[in-house]
Amino acid sequence: MLNQNSIWRYLMVVLVLAGALLYALPNLYPSDPSLQINAARGGEVTAEVVDKIKAELSAKQINSKAVELEKGQVLARFLNTEDQLKAREVLDQLLGDKFVTALNLAPATPKWMDSIGAAPMKLGLDLRGGVHFLMEIDMKTAIDKNIDDMTQIFRSDLREAKVRYRSVTADLANQRVLLTFRNAEDVAAAQKLLDSKNPNELVFTEGDDHSLAVTYSETRLKALREDAVAQNVTIIRNRVNAIGVAEPLVQRQGAERIVVQLPGVQDTARAKEILGATATLEFRLVDENADVTAAAAGRVPPAAQLFFDRSGNPVVLQKRVMLTGNHIVGANASFDEYSRPQVNIDLDAKGGDTFSRLTKDAIGKAMATVFIEYKPTNKKDADGKTILERKEEVVSVATIQSRLGRSFRITGLDAPGEAQNLAVLLRAGALIAPIQIVEERTIGPSLGQENIELGMNAIFWGMIAVLVFMVIYYRWFGVVANIALACNLILLVGLLAMIPGATLTLPGMAGILLTVGMAVDANVLINERIREELANGRSAMQAIHEGYDRAFATIADSNITTLLVALILFGIGSGPVKGFAVTLALGIVTSIFTAVVVSRLIVNAVWGQKRGNDLPV
Amino acid sequence: MRILVFKEAIGFMKYKWICLIVSTLLVLGSLVTLATKGLNLGLDFTGGTVIELQFQQPADLDKVRQQLTAAGFADAQVQYFGSSQDVMIRIAPRAGIEQKTIGEQIVAAANQAAEQAVTVRKVDVVGSAVGDELKEDGFLAILVALVMILVYVAARFEWRFSVGAVASLLHDVIITLGMFSITGMEFDLTVLAGVLALIGYSINDTIVVFDRIRETFRKMRDMTTDETVDEAITSTLSRTTMTSFTTALTLIVLFAIGGAMIHGFATALLFGIFIGTYSSVFIASGLAVVLGASREDLMPTVVEKEGAELP
Repeated sequence: MLNQNSIWRYLMVVLVLAGALLYALPNLYPSDPSLQINAARGGEVTAEVVDKIKAELSAKQINSKAVELEKGQVLARFLNTEDQLKAREVLDQLLGDKFVTALNLAPATPKWMDSIGAAPMKLGLDLRGGVHFLMEIDMKTAIDKNIDDMTQIFRSDLREAKVRYRSVTADLANQRVLLTFRNAEDVAAAQKLLDSKNPNELVFTEGDDHSLAVTYSETRLKALREDAVAQNVTIIRNRVNAIGVAEPLVQRQGAERIVVQLPGVQDTARAKEILGATATLEFRLVDENADVTAAAAGRVPPAAQLFFDRSGNPVVLQKRVMLTGNHIVGANASFDEYSRPQVNIDLDAKGGDTFSRLTKDAIGKAMATVFIEYKPTNKKDADGKTILERKEEVVSVATIQSRLGRSFRITGLDAPGEAQNLAVLLRAGALIAPIQIVEERTIGPSLGQENIELGMNAIFWGMIAVLVFMVIYYRWFGVVANIALACNLILLVGLLAMIPGATLTLPGMAGILLTVGMAVDANVLINERIREELANGRSAMQAIHEGYDRAFATIADSNITTLLVALILFGIGSGPVKGFAVTLALGIVTSIFTAVVVSRLIVNAVWGQKRGNDLPV
Repeated sequence: MRILVFKEAIGFMKYKWICLIVSTLLVLGSLVTLATKGLNLGLDFTGGTVIELQFQQPADLDKVRQQLTAAGFADAQVQYFGSSQDVMIRIAPRAGIEQKTIGEQIVAAANQAAEQAVTVRKVDVVGSAVGDELKEDGFLAILVALVMILVYVAARFEWRFSVGAVASLLHDVIITLGMFSITGMEFDLTVLAGVLALIGYSINDTIVVFDRIRETFRKMRDMTTDETVDEAITSTLSRTTMTSFTTALTLIVLFAIGGAMIHGFATALLFGIFIGTYSSVFIASGLAVVLGASREDLMPTVVEKEGAELP
């Protein structure tokens, strides 16, 4: 028999649609502009805090929808963004440093939906307001620094292996290390030694006069770049958390860029300050023989260097760096056996070796931790890149109690807060390469709201126009196409809400509307085919069968090519354009399903067994 | 309701040469304006700063310009954006001053000019290197899309059809870009997305016609190539128009109420749909026929028997 469907097919379609509907539903509950209040160090979120917040808000006559304690944080919901922003100011003053307030859009979905993981679509920055930064890592500085380090390591390696050299110098202009020797045997020995210590990482070029130029191999350079990016991503994440953003996005883009999106953030200056600072760290011994006052007056001994601590007191340190921060693997604050604050530090293997060798003879001496930040200046170099300024500061001076290895601790800190701070600085200090902002976009909250309304209106009226037209042109088959179209929209929205990482942007909304326009194409193809078959004298039953079968090949062919285009858009586009590509690609897939499978089920059920050669198409 | 139902095939292929010539001229014209006048590239591609401000009362643009000039931004373009309370300020990327402080300086200057509170709606700062890359990536995207379609259509149909399809897509893209060049409308990332969506849309149309040509070739064995193509186009004409119409309908709605941010996108697609529908009918098939597409190319391959005559 033609045009009969098994009960399973009905069941499958009903299940798919019900599932999509379930996940699409949360979008009907608009999100509340809200504040998320978390405890910073030294604070704790309690019921009292909630009461305090409530009292303050009503005292300042700010209407709130709800203030609740939820998962260890306070969530205050408001009716509009104005109240939300006002409340933030008020609460920031009230709560002070002990709490971090973050702007958020809290979904207002009922509890049962929440529990099955149904949540509204994530909105892109253009729809909810916020800042977008594109940051670029300064790879040249990263590699230069690494070559500097390498030069020192080469020297000590050669010395240890008793290979005599004339000089080992870093040639940063060509990103290589130049070594010179007295005879050819030493050149060969050095090459063998260095190669065995760094397998597959170095490329050697012998020159005149027993010289040897060492450059990094492609693998080594690639690993360096990867490390620099990965590390920056981690550090930026930490810093973003410090700003207090509810759902930040920190993501790598391309070879040396990082995208940072901070929804809800309006104070770009502060965000930039926190993100823009780049830091490294050095451990140096304090020069105990030097006269601090003399040094402060400008008479610094040749092997020493003058630094200042946070309060501006001078400290004289040895010029030689014991260890740089990129050997730090982890650092966290805790308490020692006498409940005094301390910071535990873990080093990588190489760092551990160096440190244990250097601290062996330095027990009882003072060691300083120098924090170095690269801050962007207003000057630019020849390539148009911003010149970074180096700022150094001594953040801790501690006495070495014993020979230190891969993990050690700094004790004798005054307060838990200080330990926490130092740990954060130590972690941040591992930063290999400085970064700078190359693109910045800020969208005000009112513009975001407006964009949502514009987009929703356009989708609504566009859809109405198509629905009306389809009924006029195809009568009852038009109604079926419209049902398919409605199912398509539900499926698309449900899928967008379900897929993690899919965000709705304004171009994405345009994409939804465009798929509405194009999705009827499949039904138009089918209906036209059925009309033709009827005109060719087929029976209603056969016309339906042939119409769907023949139209399907065309629908598949034409949609696959469109899908190709959507995938390319996704691969190459960025930000909002990506959002458009996602909705377009998903829309193509869902529209094939609804136009072919769903509409056919309905048509089969209603007209599938109809005798005669007349159909309401 | 039925429109566009025809008893006999319309002689589209009679006009293929005229259309090919007209289209070639249009494409050449577009290329000339693209080469001489170029596109009014948006911030996404040029780099620089764009700021959107909202004033409480209608803004006095001259005053804002004066203040900006006084602040050292004589090259700033100031214009209304949507309404007389919304103002858009654009500044080209410049060396010497740090990009990100420009935004703050401009907002301060505008505030002075307005003598009233000004809301910052949007600030975009794009470095010129980033802009260049976006430009390259964008045109690469179009190129990759075309090549992939070329391969796909060649595999599913035949190379002559593939060339016809891609030539008609190039035709759509170039003429749409030409339109943007002549009108001086801003060409930004969303418009580029529109152009790529247009490629997706136009190929859709073309494939539907090709599919029908293949089917008609197989069914009507005594027709000439021109007649077959005419028959195929005529029988799909109703569908082609319907789909173009519904899509255009949604785009008109988008253009009318989608807001200023989406205007360029809607314009590109709306214009593209008309040009795309035309090119699917006349250019894609016309070129395939001119290149010598014939029934034999699209017949199902016959398995050669052993001992078959060798040429």
